[in-house]
Amino acid sequence: METNVVGVDQSSSGEPSAPPRVHYLNAAYGIGSWLLTKDHKRIALLYLLSVTFFFFIGGFFAVLIRLELITPPGDLMQSETYNKMFTMHGVLMIFFFLIPAIPAVLGNFLVPMMIGARDLAFPRINLLSWYIYSIGGLLGMGAVIFGGVDTGWTFYTPYSSTYSNSNVILAALGAFVAGFSSILTGLNFIVTIHKMRAPGLTWSRLPLFIWAHYATSIIQILGTPVVAIAIVLVALERLFHIGIFDPKLGGDPLLFQHLFWFYSHPAVYIMILPAMGVINELITCFSRKRIFGYHFIAGSSIAIAVLGFLVWGHHMFTSGQSIYGGFVFSVLSMLVAIPSAIKVFNWTATFYKGSISYQAPMLYAFGFIGLFTIGGLTGLFLATTAIDVHLHDTYFVVAHFHYIMVGGTIMGYLGGLHYWWPKMTGKIYPEGWARFAALVIFVGFNLTFLPQFILGYLGMPRRYHYYPEEFQVLNVMSSAGASILGVGYLIPMVYFVWSLRYGKASAQNPWGAHGLEWETSSPPPTENFEKQPIVTHEPYDYTPKPEEVAVV
Amino acid sequence: MSNEHASALAHQFDDLDQQFEASTLGMWVFLVQEILFFGGLFLAYSIYRLQYPQAFEAASRLLDYKLGALNTAVLICSSLTMALAVRSAQLGQRRALVNYLLMTIALGAVFLGVKVVEYGDKFEHHLVPGPHFALSAHEPHLIGINPQHVQLFFSLYFAMTGMHALHMVVGIGILAVLVVMAWRGRFSEEYYTPVDIVGLYWHFVDIVWIFLFPLLYLISRH
Repeated sequence: METNVVGVDQSSSGEPSAPPRVHYLNAAYGIGSWLLTKDHKRIALLYLLSVTFFFFIGGFFAVLIRLELITPPGDLMQSETYNKMFTMHGVLMIFFFLIPAIPAVLGNFLVPMMIGARDLAFPRINLLSWYIYSIGGLLGMGAVIFGGVDTGWTFYTPYSSTYSNSNVILAALGAFVAGFSSILTGLNFIVTIHKMRAPGLTWSRLPLFIWAHYATSIIQILGTPVVAIAIVLVALERLFHIGIFDPKLGGDPLLFQHLFWFYSHPAVYIMILPAMGVINELITCFSRKRIFGYHFIAGSSIAIAVLGFLVWGHHMFTSGQSIYGGFVFSVLSMLVAIPSAIKVFNWTATFYKGSISYQAPMLYAFGFIGLFTIGGLTGLFLATTAIDVHLHDTYFVVAHFHYIMVGGTIMGYLGGLHYWWPKMTGKIYPEGWARFAALVIFVGFNLTFLPQFILGYLGMPRRYHYYPEEFQVLNVMSSAGASILGVGYLIPMVYFVWSLRYGKASAQNPWGAHGLEWETSSPPPTENFEKQPIVTHEPYDYTPKPEEVAVV
Repeated sequence: MSNEHASALAHQFDDLDQQFEASTLGMWVFLVQEILFFGGLFLAYSIYRLQYPQAFEAASRLLDYKLGALNTAVLICSSLTMALAVRSAQLGQRRALVNYLLMTIALGAVFLGVKVVEYGDKFEHHLVPGPHFALSAHEPHLIGINPQHVQLFFSLYFAMTGMHALHMVVGIGILAVLVVMAWRGRFSEEYYTPVDIVGLYWHFVDIVWIFLFPLLYLISRH
């Protein structure tokens, strides 16, 4: 289904007689040249492989969960097994896919290229963070192999610290270790963005993708260590019975929830902000129009990062915190809607009188706006204390955070992966298949999670493996959607791999996009640029064609 | 700064100035992360201190403030020798640099040695949290105090000082690497970035102790 891809430059594959060009992929051969590489682009590909691996393992657990929930009684597995399934689904997907996906794959590849640097500031730390991530992943997998964990991904105390008989320490250690990978990536990005920008690339000329990663890095630096210490304390309490969270010993389980959500709520923005960064690039490129409200979008990224730290208490409305605390957290939570809405309105305004083309990455961008809007608006329900008492720990919450975290992040991730695939690999993927997959994913996603809003509203609690019969129709719809979604995720994997061998060679700039990463060859040389780029104009300088100006 | 020491310049940087600034900023960002890492523990400590003021007061008297004060002095001296090491590196004095680094390591080791003595003492008196935790009956100021709240104090004491000691151990390891590098003449007036940023780390670890000492040992003493 090779169809009209804009700007495929047939001549770019080079004269047949010319020697093959040296780029980062063929600059060195052998497994050692990959496992010891300090090139941010190769490390991005290492991350791509491991992130994809954990995505499909985590997805496998999701399939088992949805299979179990097709029928009301718990006939496929024991409750204990079911608890382990949803825990591992959560742990793997959040700590090993959603959090690292965009920063570690697309961010690693693009942050230095977009600012005209030869590499990240600390290439060795970058490689180290991949190894740390992999060790964390292996520990997490170890917890599955040695019997699983049944606490839920939140590791709530005192269940996790005292009563659970499962492999909490191993899984928590995995999350702890992966956290340091996240911190190191954030540190690397902050220093790189501050110190290594090309001449002329002022802060107000930075691509919005960079702004999004800058905001994300701040959260990674400030949030992750707090959850790290909370996890250490849980492990210490299990090992030595030290009683910091155990009420029997004078401790307070709510303290764990405070420390946990102080990170884990901002972690949602670690997932969604980079996706928003990707969406900015896609929308302005495929609308052929300068992005509307550049400074507001950049500022709203920082605002989301800051506000994200002030809202953790909305996870604890029903936990017995004071009603005044609940009121403050409720108001602060609603404030996050403002910068989020700024972004959505600015994207919509960018479409206005744009020259929109419906390439696959743009379809993901549309999908993102739809899913993010539904997820965001349902967040307002949950931020309202009175309604939250009804909806707390029901499938409404499950649907809400899947719309935001999964819908948002995966749409951004896949959109970005399609958009920069020609840059990363030098190959063009089959456009028709890509559009088809985007459609399947969108339909599958909504069929999976829309019924869950209704289920939750009707009162079905999360984390139960059996339910009253009247919920069956909606659960079957959701499970059917999950299978469509699963197929949707498999299609890109197949054609991406296919394109590596059979795809057409890509031009330097197949989309006709602006940005420094498109001013070097595809795939780029090891040093990213033949000579140091100098920036002389604003980002997103998509000037309308003369005849369009005449109409206006 | 010139590019004489091309071997010290990593390929991704244009010049040593840029490299120095990037490394320094990197260390500062790392230290911000460290502050939040300890911040969780400080938060837990403040909450429980407010919740159980008498138990925490009584428990803090079981610590040996003289050993704590000695360690504070030792650490401040080590900060001085570390600062002098950075100065020697900037002046290109190889021998002085090595000496000051070794002195810093020695002072750090003294600190850890005193900590071992303190921990051993707590172990002997059954003050280590866990199944063997017990308060001796003849301590008059412990009458009427819930032993579990005292145990909570010691949980936090060991978590906080243990995490601090771990940072000291890591710091001493890094200093040892610096000694070898300095001995081999890797540093000069133009290139001393590693000494500088390790100095930042060492001072940070000292500052954490400066907060820990009054919080754990001193607040309730009159």
